[in-house]
Amino acid sequence: MLRLYATVAAGGFRRYATYRVATLAGLFTNTVFGFVFSYTYIALWAERPQLGGYSMADALAYVWIGQALITVCGMMGGGFEAELIERIRTGDIAVDLYRPADLQGWWCAANAGRAAYQLLGRGAVPLVIGAFAFRFTLPAGPAGWAAFLLAVALGSLVSFALWYLVAMSAFWLLDGQGVVQVAWLAGLFFSGMLLPLNVFPGALGEFARALPWAALLQVPADVYLGRYGDGPGLLRAYGFQLGWLAVLLAAGRAAQAAATRKVVVQGG
Amino acid sequence: MDELLTAAPAEGTAGGARTEEAYRPAADALRTYRMVAALWIRSTMTYRASFALTLASSFCVTFFDFVVILLMFGQVRGLGGFSFAEVAFLYGTTGTAFGIADLTLGSLQRMGRRIRDGSLDVFLLRPAPLLAQVAADAFALRRLGRVLQGLMVLVWSLVLLRDEVAWSWGRALMVPWTVVCGAVIFMAVMVLGASALFWLQDAAEVTNSFTYGGNTLLQYPPTVFAQDLVKGVVFVVPLAFVNWLPALYVLGRPAPPGVPSWAAFASPLVALVCCGAAGLAWRAGVRSYRSTGS
Repeated sequence: MLRLYATVAAGGFRRYATYRVATLAGLFTNTVFGFVFSYTYIALWAERPQLGGYSMADALAYVWIGQALITVCGMMGGGFEAELIERIRTGDIAVDLYRPADLQGWWCAANAGRAAYQLLGRGAVPLVIGAFAFRFTLPAGPAGWAAFLLAVALGSLVSFALWYLVAMSAFWLLDGQGVVQVAWLAGLFFSGMLLPLNVFPGALGEFARALPWAALLQVPADVYLGRYGDGPGLLRAYGFQLGWLAVLLAAGRAAQAAATRKVVVQGG
Repeated sequence: MDELLTAAPAEGTAGGARTEEAYRPAADALRTYRMVAALWIRSTMTYRASFALTLASSFCVTFFDFVVILLMFGQVRGLGGFSFAEVAFLYGTTGTAFGIADLTLGSLQRMGRRIRDGSLDVFLLRPAPLLAQVAADAFALRRLGRVLQGLMVLVWSLVLLRDEVAWSWGRALMVPWTVVCGAVIFMAVMVLGASALFWLQDAAEVTNSFTYGGNTLLQYPPTVFAQDLVKGVVFVVPLAFVNWLPALYVLGRPAPPGVPSWAAFASPLVALVCCGAAGLAWRAGVRSYRSTGS
């Protein structure tokens, strides 16, 4: 069974690796946005050093981590939900449900393969370019990098669980556009993609840092910057991600169970 | 825009009813655009709830960009030496200009997929200008949210700036004029980007970095950015003419170093040149188009 999911994940990786021009184009875009945001952050942190507890070098690292993880942790769309929704809308989902594999597990594996490719093909390069251009903060040694990668992996899984739940809504609504848009907006705002969540003022900041979207970018970035220290603080960060992962996966599973029990699949 | 829309050679109708002198390419393109767009609007209105949600979210997503600026100004008094009202003015001008361009030509992004799966052939067979068809394909009225949001911020900034700027007729007229020229420049960039898709179907995202990326860039004062970057968007990709240079004139600020002060008035000329380049690129793209055949 495990081999099946490994094969599906490898397929997901290869599928995205096929489109090299798209990868290059994405890389270019991430780099351009990285530069634009870097300069605005420099202006902001020049006026208010240590804003949100970040030094300017930390803030610049945050910008480029955001650009690197944008597709890996699905801050602006999970990368698979449109396809899943389309399958639900057309009724192709019936074929998927026949397969001797779990629907959620199948898509999770495929998405893990995609995320792994996006991290290597699209995430790593902007980070390197940004590091050379702006000399920002780097993690403390190999252990720091490993801690960061684990947080990214968990963030990517939380993102999957979130977008899977969103896609499930299509069983009832058929046209998933509206829900996707709302989820997209929430993700954009509450992931810290626009501005680090610890720069958000007062209660809004605390609220935003408690939501699942904080697990996508804010937590991995803070792990990268070593703000959780090592030991108990770091474990708490992972615990936060794992907690939301469990809740969202369970919710997605419940929605899937309800959908397959009650909903009539679109024929045709 | 007319010039752009006619860049695609239009084939005569099968009946040959129209005579040569009655044939007006620009009007033809606009008529095609209107018809296809109206079709899509009708189809969108079938799912009214979904439309309302997507319109609201289009409004919100651009509003978030502005929330970032609001959050920033919650922490600081000025950014790169510009006050909140001035940054809001930059935001409003580029936001509205980009919104108009995105509303009218935003669908061009999707053309890469049509080239890849061969469905562009259908468009080529129809007796209507190609660019107008592709641009109006899947016309999304929800993008109006972006225009409205930009306009709101623009009006707000003008209210804030009413005493700060030494208004004259020239400066006042410059504001709507900037938005119009800016929209045309963005449109030209979009057509240029779409033309590249004829050769590189998967490169649509590169256009995004000039359109969406350019829009983000222009929301902030030029003083924030490295001088080389500013020179790049003045002389290489002329996005600075969308709002930076005319806005600096309106706000009574000097042009960036190395840029002559008359450049503030060059936006229409730049827009025209961009349209010409986009038209040529589109023509070349259509000529070199080879169907996947599937």
